[in-house]
Amino acid sequence: MNCTRVITLSLVAALLLGTAGAVFAAEDRGFEIAARSDRTDLGFGDSEVDLQMVLRNAAGQESTRSLRIATLEKPDETVGDKSLVVFDTPRDIEGTALLSHAKILDPDDQWLYLPALKRVKRISSSNKSGPFVGSEFAFEDFTAIELNKFDYTWVGEVPCGDLTCDVLERTPRYENSGYTKQVSWVDQSEFQIRKVEFYDRRGDLLKVLDLSDYRKYGGIWRAHKLSMSNVQTNKQTDLLYGDYEFKTGLAENDFVKGRLSRLR
Amino acid sequence: MRIIISILLLLAVLSPAHGGDLDLSGSVEAQVRAFWHDPAWAGQDARALQGTVVSTTEFRWRSEEGDVRASLIPYLRWDTTDSERSLLDLKEAYWAFEGRDFELLVGANTVFWGVTESVHLVDIINQTDFAGDIDGEDKLGQPMVSLTLQRDWGEISAFVLPYFRERTFAGSDGRFRPPLPVDTDNPLYGSSDGEEHIDFALRYSHYIGDVDIGLHAFSGTSREPRFVPAADGQSLLPLYDQVDQVGVDLQYTNDAWLWKLEAIVRDGSADTFAAAVGGFEYTIYQVGESSADVGLLLEYQYDGRDAREPVSIADNDVFAGTRLAFNDVQDTAVLAGLSYDVETGETFVNIEAERRFGDNWFSELRVRVFSGARLGESTYWLHTDDYVQLGITRHF
Repeated sequence: MNCTRVITLSLVAALLLGTAGAVFAAEDRGFEIAARSDRTDLGFGDSEVDLQMVLRNAAGQESTRSLRIATLEKPDETVGDKSLVVFDTPRDIEGTALLSHAKILDPDDQWLYLPALKRVKRISSSNKSGPFVGSEFAFEDFTAIELNKFDYTWVGEVPCGDLTCDVLERTPRYENSGYTKQVSWVDQSEFQIRKVEFYDRRGDLLKVLDLSDYRKYGGIWRAHKLSMSNVQTNKQTDLLYGDYEFKTGLAENDFVKGRLSRLR
Repeated sequence: MRIIISILLLLAVLSPAHGGDLDLSGSVEAQVRAFWHDPAWAGQDARALQGTVVSTTEFRWRSEEGDVRASLIPYLRWDTTDSERSLLDLKEAYWAFEGRDFELLVGANTVFWGVTESVHLVDIINQTDFAGDIDGEDKLGQPMVSLTLQRDWGEISAFVLPYFRERTFAGSDGRFRPPLPVDTDNPLYGSSDGEEHIDFALRYSHYIGDVDIGLHAFSGTSREPRFVPAADGQSLLPLYDQVDQVGVDLQYTNDAWLWKLEAIVRDGSADTFAAAVGGFEYTIYQVGESSADVGLLLEYQYDGRDAREPVSIADNDVFAGTRLAFNDVQDTAVLAGLSYDVETGETFVNIEAERRFGDNWFSELRVRVFSGARLGESTYWLHTDDYVQLGITRHF
């Protein structure tokens, strides 16, 4: 309600003040669209999913990793979700796990579990832009999907497949990002993100993420194929998700560091 | 005896009649070590190349409801040179029941405590498999009953350790031994209960913001032995005293800096003493716009024990190291470090490199060089044991 009024006000302001106001309106509209998209996810509670990560180099050689991700929703938009990633293959890293307590603008809390030593190690989360397990996904692509981690600007609307998408430019508000900006396509029917372009620190296009095979669980949409293509190296990583399970009864105690040594 | 009971218990649980998920995996590793100096002590095998085969099999089971799990991990090592380096162990053989905020575990398990890289001072539950690797990171499964409680204010665990595992040592044929071999068949104990002495430990672990904290107390048989000459003067007998120990481990994580400290106070056979290791790990991410990370490690080791206690080589030493992670598909990584004894000038260089091949093969290269030790100093007995080790592992 407040937001509508803000938009109306800013539209009025735009008329009065010209371009400065137009920018203001575009930012509000950008945030509104991002927030509407983010809120379609509200109330999922917790989820568990198995996935395959397929890494492909420029010569087309493939290698596959299988992993599981458990997520606990923190409905408060000023607090990040908690997540646990566990690797099943390759066999030499079987049982390796990454526990993240996401923050909005502060660095996330992260612990790594190394099964060979049975060691839990708190790790630095300032490594936002580094590759996640050798893939084309950076750490921040996995963990920085919280609404308030970005500033938004609405750029326009374009057809995307059978749908129409709003195009948003989003710039990271957190430190150590490897991106100067991202451009995301959000469809106007289900408000889901269909595509994201990532621009590197020089401002050049680095990667393109395609999100597809959306399926609906109750009221919650999930993409089941995420393809990240690095346009500078021609490497690609696909994430192929199995069926999600929601509200499996996960709780805070499933996302504590002491739990890492009891996962297997 | 207790180990056998726990295995039987485990097998009963694992029986297919109980349903649930049974997961089987394992690995076989072929290792070859190359030594370029002749051995220093009478009786040591003089072959430059020494081979070892290691097999690990992991049976893991979890109930359909997910609250009960069991694990059985037999570990077999066959050494072509030194029969004392051959080993059959159960790394894990336990049954565990987990509730919403507690866990009860019965059987053999491995537990790691601590934060530092160059020495693991607070990590006292499991015995070190010193014959397996001189770096102290190979451990033997420890029979235990443990109860863990998870609360908002942290995790607290109590351990009852009913059976003692002796440290493994190279035999008379092997490298990495004192001038006289250690007679592991005739250990001595400070307690009249010997290996049946029941040890106790308590552990608290939590984090507050950027600080991870661990506290522990231990009362029981020391994992580190002293040595006394055997009556015939042909070997050394390990003597395991009773010790009481408290300790703390702390890590402060700030940006790319990890600041670490481990400290203990131990009351053993002689005067109460303190020991500590502290330092930092700083990582430069994506060096020169590559995907590789370079970590820089610096730690100082102090140990205040007197000569009547088991020898510590980490008594006044500086450790400097670097960790290079390529972040490639094969997880290529190199860790290189140097420990330097400020008082005696003894140095120990350790380089470890590893890489995956395909999906199921893994290779590891180690180079270790000792220098600067004079007769009578604590690492002198290793002065001809510089070596390179190549290990190829097939996972299945």
